[in-house]
Amino acid sequence: MTLDLIRIALRALARNKVRSALTMLGIIIGVASVIAMVSLGQGAQRQVQSQIASMGSNLLVVMAGSQKSGGFRGGLGTNTTLTPEDVEAVLREAPAVAAATPTVSTAVPLVFGNQNWTTRAEGANAAYLSIRDRAIADGEFFTAADVRAAARVVVIGQTVANQLFAGLSPVGRTIRVRNLPFRVVGVLVAKGQSQFGQDQDDIVIMPYTTVMKKLLAITYIPSASFSAVSGAATNEAQKEIAAILRQRHNLRPGQDDDFTVRNLTDVAEAAEQSSKVMTMLLAGIAAVSLLVGGIGIMNIMLVSVTERTREIGIRMAVGARSRHVQYQFLIESVVLGLTGGVLGILTGVGASFALSHFFEWPQLISTAAVFGSAIFSMAIGVFFGYYPARKAAALDPIEALRFE
Amino acid sequence: MSAEAKPVIELANVHRIYETGSIRVHALRGVSLHVGRGEFVAIMGASGSGKSTLMNLLGCLDHPTRGTYHLDGIDVSGLSRDQRADVRNRKIGFVFQSFNLLSRATALENVELPLIYAGIPAAERRRRGRQALAAVGLASKENSHPNQLSGGQQQRVAIARALVNHPSLLLADEPTGNLDSRASVEIMELFQLLNRNPDNTVVLVTHEPDIAQFARRVVVMKDGRIILDQPVRQRRDARVELASSLYENPLEVTLS
Ligand SMILES: Nc1ncnc2c1ncn2[C@@H]1O[C@H](COP(=O)(O)OP(=O)(O)OP(=O)(O)O)[C@@H](O)[C@H]1O
Ligand SMILES: [Mg+2]
Repeated sequence: MTLDLIRIALRALARNKVRSALTMLGIIIGVASVIAMVSLGQGAQRQVQSQIASMGSNLLVVMAGSQKSGGFRGGLGTNTTLTPEDVEAVLREAPAVAAATPTVSTAVPLVFGNQNWTTRAEGANAAYLSIRDRAIADGEFFTAADVRAAARVVVIGQTVANQLFAGLSPVGRTIRVRNLPFRVVGVLVAKGQSQFGQDQDDIVIMPYTTVMKKLLAITYIPSASFSAVSGAATNEAQKEIAAILRQRHNLRPGQDDDFTVRNLTDVAEAAEQSSKVMTMLLAGIAAVSLLVGGIGIMNIMLVSVTERTREIGIRMAVGARSRHVQYQFLIESVVLGLTGGVLGILTGVGASFALSHFFEWPQLISTAAVFGSAIFSMAIGVFFGYYPARKAAALDPIEALRFE
Repeated sequence: MSAEAKPVIELANVHRIYETGSIRVHALRGVSLHVGRGEFVAIMGASGSGKSTLMNLLGCLDHPTRGTYHLDGIDVSGLSRDQRADVRNRKIGFVFQSFNLLSRATALENVELPLIYAGIPAAERRRRGRQALAAVGLASKENSHPNQLSGGQQQRVAIARALVNHPSLLLADEPTGNLDSRASVEIMELFQLLNRNPDNTVVLVTHEPDIAQFARRVVVMKDGRIILDQPVRQRRDARVELASSLYENPLEVTLS
């Protein structure tokens, strides 16, 4: 009997092919967009994670000034209490810190021949490459001796190399930085955009001493970068750094830090959080379209019940129980929902492949989204088919038979 | 006409009151009726006298507001919806004025319909469906859809559907109302043929006195009551009439 009811339902759907297809379209679009959105969102999330990992493993950044600063206290990096000696002390005294460099950056105009280009000059020491997870493509990095001497040497990023040298080999050439001659000693391996959309190759690196003395004429440093001995040690390192700096800056207990330590885990979490919110938002919008698809099913089923009132009357007159009529219509709506769901899954998987290809995002088909939407679309069939099916089952056979 | 020990229909003081909003229509006002096994009853009466209301009660499509109805000795007046559906399925065959066939299904599928809800397997359904179609002379039309059949043929499909579950009671509400006179007589021939079997009880409603003459007993209703209940005198025999030239093609008659 159940098989017969299924057969009856399928035949009814097959009779109205266009209508059935259009009804399913709502579900197809809904399910497809849920899957595509979730897959893309998760792909974007994965992308952010791998980019953050590539920014330098175990990286910690210290900025002068308090994060908690309110009122008229200066913003991050403007406080003058942080010094290169602090950085050295941390490296010496903190067991969880493996490497350290002061960092001080400023915008600089560069000139080579008749080419000029403005970029960011970052001052650091020889540990910069390992801390920031970067490498030299050509030439070499400057040395500790260069740092001590505040030598006018510079390592340039790919973007800068392209802008100033256009095909020439930059190593060994002299460029003018704020009108001072600097010798190019190396070129960095290209790294592309950061997840914040910054070109990480539009940069020049020079000894921090050079930036402090020759470019900015300051004795303090706005920030410093450290790397912990391992990923697991970053929290430990963060505590040690804070303790050492507080001690060196003579801060009493209860007094606010005059610096801020951040590790990349925080940044990664924040970035992940925001992409998660994004994913949920997109999935939410998609789910609304799924809901609209469900209402479409209900609408068509109500029309169908009205149109087939007489058929229902005939079936009841020859002995169909209310339940048989209800199941017949419920099966129709479940088939609509489920078929729409399956087609939607196929479309969604296809669409997320296409989109991720187009945006060059990694894409992850979420099995949870696939199974979830299959079950959900079936549930939609049941939920939105229930009322019309009940309506059909509750018809009075005599009235139904009289219906024109 | 023999009054058997156990009547198929036993109505005792049945009332049916329709209430739609503030309007109350007292469609049946105390109907008592016994119909024995193998009887052939024609119900007549003016429009609005309550014939269809009575048929719907007899067919368990409806239940009385007051009074009792025993079908085959079982009280069916207080049954639930589902129980009435089962009674319709097993004991009743209903034929309507407007045929009421499923237009998208073939003749055979229409005939099989009651058997689906009786839970009978497909092969057995097919066999019994074919048998019933053959019994009404439409064996060759099993794959035709209703719109490919004449009115008389459609009504015969409907009769086959009514017979397929071997009901105790065959009910027909103005079965010839939409048919011309020859097709009407052919349908009556079928009812008479079926009624020849002493187990087949037939109750039909008709407006036409000459159709009622094919039955054995006439019940006349007026304003929700039975005002006359008598045997048919001068009963007509459909088979004999069809064999004579009475219902020849009228064109042929004028040409000859
Ligand atoms: N569903 C209903 N709701 C309200 N009143 C109804 C309903 N069905 C029938 N009636 C009323 O009950 C009375 C009897 O109706 P019924 O259909 O039984 O008459 P009938 O004898 O079959 O007439 P006809 O020969 O025209 O078919 C009529 O007055 C009719 O208006
Ligand atoms: Mg009537």
